Amino acid sequence: MRLLEYQAKQIFKNYGIPIPKGEVAKSIEEVEKIAEKFNGKVVLKAQVLVGGRGKSGGVRKATSVNEAKKIATELFGYNIKGHIVKKLLVEEMLEIKSEFYAGFTIDRSSKSIVAILSTMGGMDVEEVAAKYPQKIAKQKIDPRWGLWDYNLRNLLKNSSSPKELWSDLSDILRKLYNIMISYEAELVEINPLALTPQGLVAADARLNIDDNAIFRKKELFEMREITEESEIEKEAIKFGLNYVQLKGNVGIIANGAGMAMATMDLIKIMGGEPANFLDVGGGASKEVVEKAIEIITKSGVKSIFINIFGGITRCDEVAKGIVDALNRQKIGIPIIVRLSGTNEEEGKNILKKLKNIIVVNEMEEGAKIAVDLAR
Amino acid sequence: MIFLSIIVDENTKVVVQGITGKQGSFHTQRMLSYGTKIVAGTSPGKGGSEILGIPIYDTIEEAVKESKANTSIIFVPAPFAADAVMEAAEANLSVIVCITEGIPVHDELKFYWKVKEKGAILVGPNCPGIISPGKTHVGIMPTHVFKRGNVGVVSRSGTLTYQISYNLTRLGIGQSTVIGIGGDRITGLSFVEVLEMFEKDEETEVVVMIGEIGGRDEEIAAEFIKDMSKPIVGYIAGLTAPPEKRMGHAGAIVEGGVGSAESKIAALKKSGVEVGKTPMEVAEIVARKMKR
Repeated sequence: MRLLEYQAKQIFKNYGIPIPKGEVAKSIEEVEKIAEKFNGKVVLKAQVLVGGRGKSGGVRKATSVNEAKKIATELFGYNIKGHIVKKLLVEEMLEIKSEFYAGFTIDRSSKSIVAILSTMGGMDVEEVAAKYPQKIAKQKIDPRWGLWDYNLRNLLKNSSSPKELWSDLSDILRKLYNIMISYEAELVEINPLALTPQGLVAADARLNIDDNAIFRKKELFEMREITEESEIEKEAIKFGLNYVQLKGNVGIIANGAGMAMATMDLIKIMGGEPANFLDVGGGASKEVVEKAIEIITKSGVKSIFINIFGGITRCDEVAKGIVDALNRQKIGIPIIVRLSGTNEEEGKNILKKLKNIIVVNEMEEGAKIAVDLAR
Repeated sequence: MIFLSIIVDENTKVVVQGITGKQGSFHTQRMLSYGTKIVAGTSPGKGGSEILGIPIYDTIEEAVKESKANTSIIFVPAPFAADAVMEAAEANLSVIVCITEGIPVHDELKFYWKVKEKGAILVGPNCPGIISPGKTHVGIMPTHVFKRGNVGVVSRSGTLTYQISYNLTRLGIGQSTVIGIGGDRITGLSFVEVLEMFEKDEETEVVVMIGEIGGRDEEIAAEFIKDMSKPIVGYIAGLTAPPEKRMGHAGAIVEGGVGSAESKIAALKKSGVEVGKTPMEVAEIVARKMKR
């Protein structure tokens, strides 16, 4: 779960990290009120969960109240990579002398938390890492023992940060680490961490919380804004389906994440384009299969390939779900089904009686037919 | 480890953590019918009773003392699974198989190091377990697709492992050990650790490595493979997966340009690994390697 900038900043503030003065606005009138407080010298920031927001025109500066209103008119309803802007964070314009990057994330390879500090803030951190690797200092934090001062000293030293800022930077890093741990974050980041005449200020804020830990963070449910998902994705989530929308026209239903990805790849290899990732999970019921077909049909695909390797999942149960879908929904597109494993014969017998269903024995064969029929 | 096949074999004595739950009891029954030696189960509060003829204990400590179990399999729900792994490590079990999906990553970071300190092997979390066909099965796999033989299989994905093993078996090629290391960001075993075991294992001639998008474990394995004597055949899922989207598994995500299928395939090929484009092609490549 990724928080919006203003939500993350509120948490940063609660932990004592300085943030710019500002407020969230949902209308032009609200923008006007906030801008007046700063004599019109404000930054307007679209609150959407997409990367590269600045480059897409989602962060704009104003020097007068009228200009702020004009920008707000343009930004409300503006579409940034498929996300519609509904909220603007209106903040005081900072006088920035230099910019840092500060963050913590989880390092999969070393099974540790890693602290990152760079004097090249304000840029995309991956870009800095690729172009100027020596400008990024990293320290592994052993998850058993937590953050120690020597970790921070190494980080400050290796980042070549100015000595007069060591104390302030340490303070902010330690607070960020505390947020990382208490919120069970995957990533906590300030980019840029701006040096202003008043000191260091978190000009931006990013906080991604581990979805698997959300059950322990009830208060975050209220903050949750499902703007990241499309309408179809939202519906899939409701039914516990793992669904990701893609750009092609061959719909896919599979059991298991690896199998669903392998099926997508196979569609591409056969010359087609997959329309989605959909994993019905282990031991899927007929209701889940029926729902999966309904969701995929809605997304406007030309054919559907159902690829099941039955372990805990029973092929006859999947077949029953397909029958129910055909009986209750208007499906005008071909469905190609591959059933292997547990109760395969029973499943195939159920499907034998149906029209518009093509039963195949191997996934390679099924993918090829699904691609041909989607042309 | 004194085990003959890697990690588990017919002498493995298993304790099931969460044996009275729906998943726990169902899979205990299936493992028993495969011949797995299940000697104990735990279910806090239900100690003293039994299920499927297996004694239930309140704690792992007691279960191990009474039953001499050396391996545990965990079916405990995600909010309590980390505690179960810690308990198993503390009780000095040599192998811990954690099936549970959805464990918070900060918990995983902690028990990963606990297990390491204890010198135990953690299979998973979020995995289908491990099978040495004809010997034992500590997991939730559809056992009928496997056959005893000389191909080692290591994978981050469950169903895809079954698919590729099925393709192998259909070509008459059996497996020495099939192990799912799990689909989470933090897993107990890395590809390298399992490859190292297969390299030493006398029963294994060829290794199939099934990776997917996310992390750099396959790239690190590719470096290790350069010094291996046994042939490796690869498969990587997720060539068509979009970046910054989690594809079902917690660990299956291309983040900040790291973890793409292209990068993994390129690294493997550079180390001389043949990478199959489809599951069936993987089995066909293995068949060619076995003939030599």
